[in-house]
Amino acid sequence: MVIDVAVIAFAQMPNVRAETVRNEVEMLMPVIADVRAKAGLTQADIGFTCSGSTDYLSGQAFSFVSTLDGVAPWPPIQESHVEMDGAWALYEAWVKLQLGDVETALVYCYGKSAPGPLHEVLSRQLDPYHVAPLWPDAISLAALQARMLIEAGKATEADFAEVASRSRRNALTNPNAQLAWDTAAADLLAEPCLVDPLRRSDCPPITDGACAVILASGDRARALRQRPAWIRGIDHRIEPMALGLRDLTVSLSTRTAAERAGVGNAPVDVAELHAPFAPQELILRESLGLADHANVNPSGGPLAANPVMVAGLTRIGEVAQRIMDGTATRGVAHATSGPCLQQNLVAVLEGED
Amino acid sequence: MAEIQIPAVLEGKELVRSVRTPARMEFLYTAGVATTRFLTGISEGKILGERAPGGKVYVPSRGADPQLGVPTTEPVELPHVGTLVSFCVVNVAFYGQGMEIPYTSGLILLDGSDLPLMHLIQECPVDDVRIGMRVEAVWVEAHELAPNLESIRYFRPNGEPDVVVTQPGAGVTW
Repeated sequence: MVIDVAVIAFAQMPNVRAETVRNEVEMLMPVIADVRAKAGLTQADIGFTCSGSTDYLSGQAFSFVSTLDGVAPWPPIQESHVEMDGAWALYEAWVKLQLGDVETALVYCYGKSAPGPLHEVLSRQLDPYHVAPLWPDAISLAALQARMLIEAGKATEADFAEVASRSRRNALTNPNAQLAWDTAAADLLAEPCLVDPLRRSDCPPITDGACAVILASGDRARALRQRPAWIRGIDHRIEPMALGLRDLTVSLSTRTAAERAGVGNAPVDVAELHAPFAPQELILRESLGLADHANVNPSGGPLAANPVMVAGLTRIGEVAQRIMDGTATRGVAHATSGPCLQQNLVAVLEGED
Repeated sequence: MAEIQIPAVLEGKELVRSVRTPARMEFLYTAGVATTRFLTGISEGKILGERAPGGKVYVPSRGADPQLGVPTTEPVELPHVGTLVSFCVVNVAFYGQGMEIPYTSGLILLDGSDLPLMHLIQECPVDDVRIGMRVEAVWVEAHELAPNLESIRYFRPNGEPDVVVTQPGAGVTW
């Protein structure tokens, strides 16, 4: 039996290029306070706390431990951490809530991408013997994937520009977005390539950010929130580490996760996709069965703000917020990890009428 | 090591048993608001703790009170003397150590604070170091002061009688 679990609150800090004054815990505390206030809970009311972050961004071992002070972990709390995007911390919390011994969970994540050389930092997650020693940067890997899409006849540079243009235009209505502007796709195509075939506008900004979600199960969720965003399905799948073992123009792991989460079982009002690079949105749409969907990344998505370790959970939060607000009834949220969409998580969220 | 079956094409070749793939990345560390106050104090020869709303004094403060999850904001200037509440005699050399072994690393609870600070214990044979020992900070020369903990060279016994430490490592009493 699956226990019904819902998102009942979401908070995020305004995304910025570089947070140069506050350290991680100082950046996170207002977000934690905000999400708990929205749920009407104190830390004592929370059964399980789970966080997502990575030491590779801060360049410090066990950096997440000092950040934990920001949630008030004393007296001792049930707590866990994943060295992943917060979306996977949410997955762990969802599993924990399935055990039935606790009814509420706080999930938070943060990432300062600015302190280190981000595109080199990301290369440290690659195969350590054959690929990582070559230091392929994240933009070059995404460009390889984009090139394969073009050569397979599945997309054009103009398609990428449409994604880039629409995402930043959508971001004009998102007060937390870092990049928002209104430029036509045709004008973006006139830009020179940054790493052929990607233009600067096809790439995400470098972002420092943090976000948090509160989950509650069953009647506890109904008591705390008038319209909870119920997680009707959630699944994550991973593909081989070696880039040469995958067809980079499709995302089989997203497709499997989407089937198991039940994306296609009913119409979708809104989708938030964690596609850091414009061509990846096209791959994800196809894999999710949302190729021509009209309402993808209304927040602007990762092209408007891409805090590493945060952008995935933000997608879940953005969908949940629309359901809690009553502006959407059924939504899909997606998070990715690893190079070229290696690992993918898909969640289906619904409101109850 | 387990025997490896070698494909015919590699017969007679030298086996690769390990590879070395050096990595180096530079990070710009943001100390944060509270730690900046502490480090600025150190560069002026002062040890600044911060009092949390619950009353505890943390030094150095990272900015958050773990009891309440709120910022620590009230600076408290602390004396340069305290009590050794735990220690470790380091007998093993390691990369980047910069110290002659054996030496003592200690947790020093400064008078008036609730969280011990880690630093070196010197001017005391390692066999004489004990929990409850009273110690004082030895600073670098005034012109050498900088915003880092190396501005305090080490702590040394200050000659006061030992005090009773009921729980080794204890500082914060909740």
